[in-house]
Amino acid sequence: MKILHHIGEYLLMLRLVFVKPTKRKVMQKLIFKDIQDLIIGSLGIVAFLSFFVGGVVSIQTALNIENPLIPKNLVGFATRQSVILEFAPTFMSIILAGKVGSFITSSIGTMRVTEQIDALEVMGINSVNYLVFPKIISMLLLPIVINFSMFLGILGGYAATLYGGFSSSADFIEGIQLDFRPYHVIYAFIKTLVFAMVLATIPSYHGYYMKGGALEVGKAATVAFVWTSVVIILLNYFITQMLLA
Amino acid sequence: MINLNDITKSFDGLQVLKGISMTFEPGKTNLIIGQSGSGKTVLLKCLLGLHQIDGGKMHFNNQAFGNMNEEERRTLRREMGMVFQGSALFDSMTVLENVMFPMQMLTKKRESEIKRAAEEVIERVNLENANDKLPAELSGGMQKRVAIARAVVMKPKYLFCDEPNSGLDPKTAIVIDNLIREITQENNITTVINSHDMNSVMEIGDTILFLKDGIKAWEGSKELIFNTDNEAVNDFVYSSNLMKKIKKAQV
Repeated sequence: MKILHHIGEYLLMLRLVFVKPTKRKVMQKLIFKDIQDLIIGSLGIVAFLSFFVGGVVSIQTALNIENPLIPKNLVGFATRQSVILEFAPTFMSIILAGKVGSFITSSIGTMRVTEQIDALEVMGINSVNYLVFPKIISMLLLPIVINFSMFLGILGGYAATLYGGFSSSADFIEGIQLDFRPYHVIYAFIKTLVFAMVLATIPSYHGYYMKGGALEVGKAATVAFVWTSVVIILLNYFITQMLLA
Repeated sequence: MINLNDITKSFDGLQVLKGISMTFEPGKTNLIIGQSGSGKTVLLKCLLGLHQIDGGKMHFNNQAFGNMNEEERRTLRREMGMVFQGSALFDSMTVLENVMFPMQMLTKKRESEIKRAAEEVIERVNLENANDKLPAELSGGMQKRVAIARAVVMKPKYLFCDEPNSGLDPKTAIVIDNLIREITQENNITTVINSHDMNSVMEIGDTILFLKDGIKAWEGSKELIFNTDNEAVNDFVYSSNLMKKIKKAQV
């Protein structure tokens, strides 16, 4: 029953995000700050992980192709499909649940503990809109990050393939162009947008409604990461079933 | 003026406020005192609208809080200033930005006007050289002064302070108490202070409401509190060794 209480409270919070908006000028500043913290601040880790995981995907694919009848361009093809369909949108979102999600929970949770949220409420400000809305808008830029991740993942695969001598440059490039369906990129962006909403709101919920002191802020960040990951994995299944099956 | 009439409030079946009636007058520093758990903070949060009362009536300048619609309540909240126990300053903003914040959010004034008004208030609390500092760079007393500046920048009709001098040394505590009293008198604000500090009672207790286990056990002023024969008040007032010695010396 407790989970129903949390779901209800989460949905009520979502309603509050969109009522009684903060002044546009103030909101613009908040959005730019959140873009800096949540999106631009994540580019480094996204680039690093994407490049090397893309490399690993291509190496593992190449090492599992022993049959001479299988064309060498399969390495590029498999790398592209893995990165575009799953690695960049889903696993990057889960990694960001750790980085961005815990940042959101701990920053809002600290404001709760230090009565800053009460201060906003006493001033007559809709604190949910003030705190959560800019995060949702900022996270709408997540597809750009995921696009960047797709590019670097495939580039990492290309570099690892050439460096390891698993396939030629021409074969790899032929592989990444083989049977390319733009719809797969659209599918990846659709699910990224859904995950972006989850990444902005579930950690915000855990920070906003947390109770206790500094220790509980850490616990709330951990719980937020777990629930964000679970919801992303479940939604990934349903979206894939709806859009690809 | 704030009128409370038979206010009750419970949490999970436990009655925390049991029929509190009181009048807080403008231009005066009204203190709510009592031991921890006596219901002081709950009463303050009810006054702020952060908790909804279960029973009774609250009137702000003869307007019944219960009869107000959402817009009227929002307007009333804009007439309230609050100094939180831990100051509750926004960490990422400088002193000037913290004080400008309520005006930026709630008024349509130009940025230059807002800045000028904020600087005036910061000067009033004697912090003119701290405009560009972050809250983390300030002492506890300075943080409290910024919190007072932020609370009064909108020229509120009602000022609420939750333990404004907790965690401060006695000298700084007196500075903060006197600052609150001066601002209250200058602007004719109805100020309600939640405290358990006897120094505050002696310095600024124009009106005192003593709570015990959620009940109004006594009402009076700083002049009367030391001569009352109310047992609960005497227990509270003379609980420290210092106060016991003062009483002994008086006898």
